[in-house]
Amino acid sequence: MTYLAKSPWIIHYDATSCNGCDIEVLACLTPMYDVERFGVINTGNPKHADIFLITGSVNEQNIKVVENIYNQMPNPKVVVAIGICATSGGIFRECYNVLGGVDKVIPVDVYVPGCAARPEAIIDGVVKAIGVLEQKHTQMKKGAAVS
Amino acid sequence: MVSIMMGLLYLFLGPLFGGLVTGLDRRITARMQGRFGPPILQPFYDILKLFEKEQIVVRRSQNVYVYFYLLFIVFTGVLFFMGEDLLLVIFSLTLAAIFFVLAGYKGGSPFSIIGAERELLQMMAYEPMVLMMAVGMYMATKSFYVGDIVTSPMMPILLLPGMFIGVTYVLTIKLRKSPFDLSTSHHGHQELVKGITTEYSGPALALIEIAHLYEVPFIMGFVFLFFGSNWLLGFVACLAVYLLEILIDNTFARTKWQFMLVASWVVAAVFGFGNIIILSLLG
Amino acid sequence: MIQNIVLFLIGFPALAALVLAGVRNNNFRNRLVWVFGLIILVASVLLMFGFGSASLEVFPFHSKLLEKAMFYGEWIMSLLIFVLAIKHKKMAPIFLVVIQTTLLTWFELGHGHQLVAANNLFIDKLSIVMALIIGVIGSLICIYAVGYMKEFHENQHPEIKDRRALFFFILFFFLSAMFGIVFSNNLMWLFFFWEVTTLSSFLLIGYKQNEESINNAFRAVFMNLFGGVFFAMAIIYLFFTANTIELNQMLGLGGLVMLPVVFLSIAGMTKAAQMPFSSWLLGAMVAPTPVSALLHSSTMVKAGVYLLIRVAPLLSGTLAGLLVACVGAVTFIITSFIAISQSDAKKVLAYSTIANLGLIVMCSGIGTPTAIWAAILLVIFHAIAKGLLFLCVGVVEHKLHSRDIESMDNLIIKMPRLAWMLLVGMAGMFLAPFGMLISKWAVLKALVDTNPGLSVVLIYGSAATLFFWVKWMGKILAVVQPEKRDESGINLSEWTALYALVTATIGVCLSFPIISRLMIEPFVFGSSTATTILTRGNSLIMIIMMGFVILFRFSLPKKDEGERVVETYLSGLNVDQRNAYSAPLGATKSFIYKNYYLSKYFGEKNLANIGVATSWLIVILLIGSSLPWLV
Repeated sequence: MTYLAKSPWIIHYDATSCNGCDIEVLACLTPMYDVERFGVINTGNPKHADIFLITGSVNEQNIKVVENIYNQMPNPKVVVAIGICATSGGIFRECYNVLGGVDKVIPVDVYVPGCAARPEAIIDGVVKAIGVLEQKHTQMKKGAAVS
Repeated sequence: MVSIMMGLLYLFLGPLFGGLVTGLDRRITARMQGRFGPPILQPFYDILKLFEKEQIVVRRSQNVYVYFYLLFIVFTGVLFFMGEDLLLVIFSLTLAAIFFVLAGYKGGSPFSIIGAERELLQMMAYEPMVLMMAVGMYMATKSFYVGDIVTSPMMPILLLPGMFIGVTYVLTIKLRKSPFDLSTSHHGHQELVKGITTEYSGPALALIEIAHLYEVPFIMGFVFLFFGSNWLLGFVACLAVYLLEILIDNTFARTKWQFMLVASWVVAAVFGFGNIIILSLLG
Repeated sequence: MIQNIVLFLIGFPALAALVLAGVRNNNFRNRLVWVFGLIILVASVLLMFGFGSASLEVFPFHSKLLEKAMFYGEWIMSLLIFVLAIKHKKMAPIFLVVIQTTLLTWFELGHGHQLVAANNLFIDKLSIVMALIIGVIGSLICIYAVGYMKEFHENQHPEIKDRRALFFFILFFFLSAMFGIVFSNNLMWLFFFWEVTTLSSFLLIGYKQNEESINNAFRAVFMNLFGGVFFAMAIIYLFFTANTIELNQMLGLGGLVMLPVVFLSIAGMTKAAQMPFSSWLLGAMVAPTPVSALLHSSTMVKAGVYLLIRVAPLLSGTLAGLLVACVGAVTFIITSFIAISQSDAKKVLAYSTIANLGLIVMCSGIGTPTAIWAAILLVIFHAIAKGLLFLCVGVVEHKLHSRDIESMDNLIIKMPRLAWMLLVGMAGMFLAPFGMLISKWAVLKALVDTNPGLSVVLIYGSAATLFFWVKWMGKILAVVQPEKRDESGINLSEWTALYALVTATIGVCLSFPIISRLMIEPFVFGSSTATTILTRGNSLIMIIMMGFVILFRFSLPKKDEGERVVETYLSGLNVDQRNAYSAPLGATKSFIYKNYYLSKYFGEKNLANIGVATSWLIVILLIGSSLPWLV
């Protein structure tokens, strides 16, 4: 058990979402769901974030943006694809400019399907992500010990 | 001897106190917003977590500014709790704050540079009132020494009621509370991202957070000073002022810097300088 | 022994000036400047050690020949200004020159035989402090000027006529006059040297010989002559009422001689560019940078405050003193505010100079020992740090071809050594634990005991000071795009002066308790046991802080420490360049950083008008308060 589990800070990026999933993500922060109970903060800055919540599919326009944000996050970090579009491209999968899910560009650790994904599912996804985060932290420490 | 004890006490317990206050603050804020809120110990979890993260930088020299920010904040607090000269405390605090601002410039992104400029504006806004407080304390107790002020039998607030209002006002800036959280916004999704701290991450950010925790005790100490040797009243006043700040934080939207600057200078002129003039006429 | 050094310091630079004027070969002259500069530097340091712990020495030193020379010298100077003014069709200075020359000629011809001072020269701790500033900083700036003027004429401004022989002639002659000012006890002598500095300043401001510099030169000479007329009237009045022309006798007369004291203060305020007269100093920034450093920040303007500090004990506690303090206060706060809105580096430095002189004037007006202590410390710290800043800006201007602060982005990687020097200079100007802050601290303490109302000026002014220095520091430190290091073309004479001044800035801060104990407290408090203004504990804390700050420079990482270097956060829109982002439709948009100037609140024009109007009012009140038939 590390402190990563007690204070997972998130950054939320809307790739090409229709805003349905975004609204659900933000709903998690409202009094109804209040994820700050678990120490979750929406930072809005990749350099402070541990978990990258991404909604919508990736298209030609925002590949670079998704990569940039991912690169600017300090390790250990976890990517959570929220909603079916982020998972696989969803109904936009066949569009001429859509690449598909987020995992076409950066490694995704947790998939939260749904259209839109329900807040409960998102919170569940974040909790899963925390588990991955801890694993990655252990690996990182091992790596550091080896090198 | 007592002063050295107090200094050491601050050195070790200062951040614990600051963390608990911040934790309570977050809890109360959440309750005011109809939420449950994080655990009281959340600020400590956050900091410990940041130490578990990788260090990324924009320029390798940037973190030095943060180390010195923390160093001088601690130095300021130690001076304060050792009962040293209040003016010295304020100058040291200014030095610390300048390192923080330079850290922002060093970050080199638009967000951190604008944050640095705004922090500078904030400093310019609160500096007059804080210095006037020191002058007022001297006029009331005939000493600049914190040690003398907190043992003076007469409560300075009786002579400095205007000053008290003014200090409470600028405390909002110093505690980085809305409506004056211009330089490092507390909440994401704002035009400023995270202001000065945007380019700082992991352990460096943790140090900044620790510095913020170290700041809390002596900022509240400024309020405490107004009650001289009546320490009980001092504690009650600190509590009341802090609750008031939380209330203000949750009921006001962020203002523009123009309003902040003009308002704080006017408040300082009316309540601070007015108080000085009246005292010197009486005195 | 002491007398010889004093005479040497007054005489030698003048002789050196004549030699330099005669040398036509630039390289040979440059070498001579080095030699003469170092001789003056060593002599002034010797003077300090030779004087030891004595408190005051007076020298009769009578010389009919010298007095004749001064009399004719004054005529020649007046004539020179007269002819130049006619040539450039400037009527206002002519008017003042005529008044002043008539007054003095009448006075000296009519009463010349009675104008005998028992002691023409004297020396005390304050003179030593001033002499050290002139001797050390002055000669360093002269040495710097060797390299600067070479670059100035050969690469930067080939269109300007090379008159370096004249330039160094005036510079050294000026040093001579400055030494004269601080050692003169005979007010007639003091006045003569005073006028020499006015003339030097006039000629050097007009060095570039273009329209702007000529206009500014005449503005400067007009305002300084205005002060000179007051100086002359002060001497004449003093002679007729108290039958003396000696400075130390005048100081012994106490409140009986308010009018000459006030008139001398006004003369001092014009020389120190206080508010109604401050515009000349801003105009003076057209001169080559060594001139700005030497005359217009480190020494000549200090002559103005030197005179004020001399008369400060008489001003203490009087209405006139309060009014003098108010002039300083208005100047300090208004110019500190205006400095926020300026982006021309030399103008920022000029405004900050005026502001600090204002602070010193304020201290002199209050005149209590603590205030005078603070004033002298301010003189020392300001002379060194501001000299350093001017010299740095001079070099930066030559390298960047601009002295706009906004053009100093990336300076820390482009010219790291120079950038650090600038940072030390700026820190020296306002930051704990550096010198200026110690003085401001003492001023604040002096104010709360005497005049708490005035402390508000210091408090607001300091807040503004903080703002404009830190934003400049930030500009230098911010790295917005990678750039090559390039510090070539800065020659040895420039580096020598810069390194010496950096060392001095840090050195005086570390040793200020010693300086205070040995040099300033004996002067301010006399031989009685001095009450230290900063207790030993506080001095110790300041020195500890100084240690930390010095540590800072050395804690910067030299090599990779395992951090991952990433680009700045630009909302994910980074492109390859640092100061650009990818805009819609595949475009690349670049952006630049600018500092805040808050010109809506701190605009130059409005504030200057307010300041000039207020300070004129105070000056008129000041003159009124001193007139014996009104009081």
